[in-house]
Amino acid sequence: MKVGLFVTCLVDLVRPRIGFAALKLLEGEGCEVVVPQSQTCCGQPAYNSGDRASARALARKVVAEFEACEYVVAPSGSCAGMIRTHYPDLFRDDPDELARVERVCAKTYELTDFLVNVLRVEQVPGRFGGTVTYHDSCAGLRELGVKAQPRALLGKAGVTISEMTQPEQCCGFGGTFAVKFGDISSHIAERKCEDIAACGVDAVVLGDLGCMMNIEGRLRRRGDTTTSVLHVAEVLAGVGEN
Amino acid sequence: MQITSERFKETARVKLADPNLQAALNKLQTNFVKGRAERVAELDNFDAIRDAATEIRDRALANLDVYLTEFERNATAQGTVVHWAETVDDVNRIVCELAAKYGVRKATKSKSMVTEECALNDALEAAGVEVVETDLGEYILQLAKEPPSHIVAPVVHKTRHEVSDLFEAKHGRPRTTVIAELTREAREILRPHFLSADMGITGANFVIAETGSTLIVTNEGNGRMVTSLPRVHVAITGIEKVVPTLEDVTTLVRLLPRHGTAQTITNYVSVTTGPKRPGDTEGAEHFHVILVDAGRSKLLGADMQAMLRCIRCGACMNHCPVYQSVGGHAYGWVYPGPMGSVLTPTYIGAEKALDLPHASTFCNQCGVVCPVKIPLPDLLRKLREKQFEHGLRPWKERAGLALWAWAARRPKLYAVLAKTGAAVLARLGGRDKRIRDLPGARGWTKERDFPAPEGKTFRTQYAERKRSGVDRK
Repeated sequence: MKVGLFVTCLVDLVRPRIGFAALKLLEGEGCEVVVPQSQTCCGQPAYNSGDRASARALARKVVAEFEACEYVVAPSGSCAGMIRTHYPDLFRDDPDELARVERVCAKTYELTDFLVNVLRVEQVPGRFGGTVTYHDSCAGLRELGVKAQPRALLGKAGVTISEMTQPEQCCGFGGTFAVKFGDISSHIAERKCEDIAACGVDAVVLGDLGCMMNIEGRLRRRGDTTTSVLHVAEVLAGVGEN
Repeated sequence: MQITSERFKETARVKLADPNLQAALNKLQTNFVKGRAERVAELDNFDAIRDAATEIRDRALANLDVYLTEFERNATAQGTVVHWAETVDDVNRIVCELAAKYGVRKATKSKSMVTEECALNDALEAAGVEVVETDLGEYILQLAKEPPSHIVAPVVHKTRHEVSDLFEAKHGRPRTTVIAELTREAREILRPHFLSADMGITGANFVIAETGSTLIVTNEGNGRMVTSLPRVHVAITGIEKVVPTLEDVTTLVRLLPRHGTAQTITNYVSVTTGPKRPGDTEGAEHFHVILVDAGRSKLLGADMQAMLRCIRCGACMNHCPVYQSVGGHAYGWVYPGPMGSVLTPTYIGAEKALDLPHASTFCNQCGVVCPVKIPLPDLLRKLREKQFEHGLRPWKERAGLALWAWAARRPKLYAVLAKTGAAVLARLGGRDKRIRDLPGARGWTKERDFPAPEGKTFRTQYAERKRSGVDRK
């Protein structure tokens, strides 16, 4: 099975080990993983800033890079959601191009969704002994229905999840919102951190690097230097920090 | 009212630092968010009701001219006088003319957001009419000289103690902090106004084409007194509020209280069909309905039409992390939260509310809870697109976006930039990998660290592994 790994621009820049964790999980299941070296970004920052032309250009680039693959997998609900649920809107005026784009949309998956619902994995290489809470990132949850998948997989890694009171509440990241409206974004992040802190866990696990950076950044600033902020792929693959 | 939407960011900053407001906003979570979820869970066919409600609203909007004309015909046949107001100034003019015609000295009002759009109270007072808000929340705000901060719970931003202070100062009675006593006090003050008012002014949650009726949902009983005690009743509402049939409206009323106030049904659902008839024991002698456009028709047949489905339940703001943080006043006009961020720039002008379409994380909690499935984030994004097309964004933002998008289309250049960026940021992070101050992104680092990158991009590491054959099994 030929699977294209869409690393995402944020993972490429900030936490490559998430990309390698995804690679390990997919290859471990026998996938032939291709990683197009020309990939950059799915175009979401442009799309959500109102720049449709740039978003379309980047969407075309992603489609060209990945359309030969049987599946496209991203370790991010946000980027997979951009491709799967928003690309069609970008090409709604062009039926020919839309058909081509929709073929790629239909085979694009968020990593845990792919592992559970396509590969139907039975076991995962990672083991995590500590206590964990899981944050449901908005795009994965509300655009792609990613909720049970990461929890089921974490269960296979021996993890028991201690749920927050509001695991589905936004962390306040919102892409460029986090910088444009830094005060509000930090305030929302603080509430998420309070919820996490009340769980008294060793790690908060989630599936989107943007939200991870927001939560980790706020946890550290509020003086919490011990709670780990981990991508679900890192836990499942057993790829720890160094 | 004074529009302050263009100062959203600075007002928001003040609101974030207001402990009373923050305490008050915390109530939203328990009262409205949890309550809505419980009320919705009680319905075994919620999804079907929601689909039906959406279809009803769409059907009404697709044939708006037909249903509005049908409403006018049926209402007129009942003795109601129907007025058409193209602008908010038209509304104020019509109401002031009616006040003059009927010799009105005092008007009581039940809660109406459309009249906030019009600043009707100011217009009436300028015309020498005393106006008394009778919804408890609106009454409190009238005393405090403040606009509502929520479309359903207008005074949600105030704590009980703030209301106690206000009542003590304005009523000159001994201070009490017991809610039942505060309510009784307001009731005692309002009772003579109900009895002496010449005109009652209400909104309408819906107008029903089939019967020529207006419908309001209320909880306090004031609505009934405003519609039945004064000689003249004026109902003012937006043209989009028309619903084809009485049966249609019952579907919508199943959803509105559950989403708005976490009730299965409001204490009162009042349908007004024409003025008092011979033999009726109560009701206004004269019933006027003012149908207001004020920007709504601009949305018809365009990509924002879905917004007109809105039934003003307030669920979107209750569930919005941004509204939950800053409250309604920061939004700077009548309608706050996600629906307000769509309506404000649409009704009063994009350039007066540039921040609002961007003041969203796009978490889509609003879209998920909307009882009539308005895709609020998509509409906000369309407004962002319009701002971008018209060059309304700050030049720094435009330049940054253009540069980034240009580079992201050039993989080789992008790889070099990412490689450099990762290395520089990693160095800035130091030993504990925390960037505490990042020039250019201080919005982020003012109250958060920026977790430093590993140092080498995925792409670089992947190429290295390929070369060394590490990844070959």
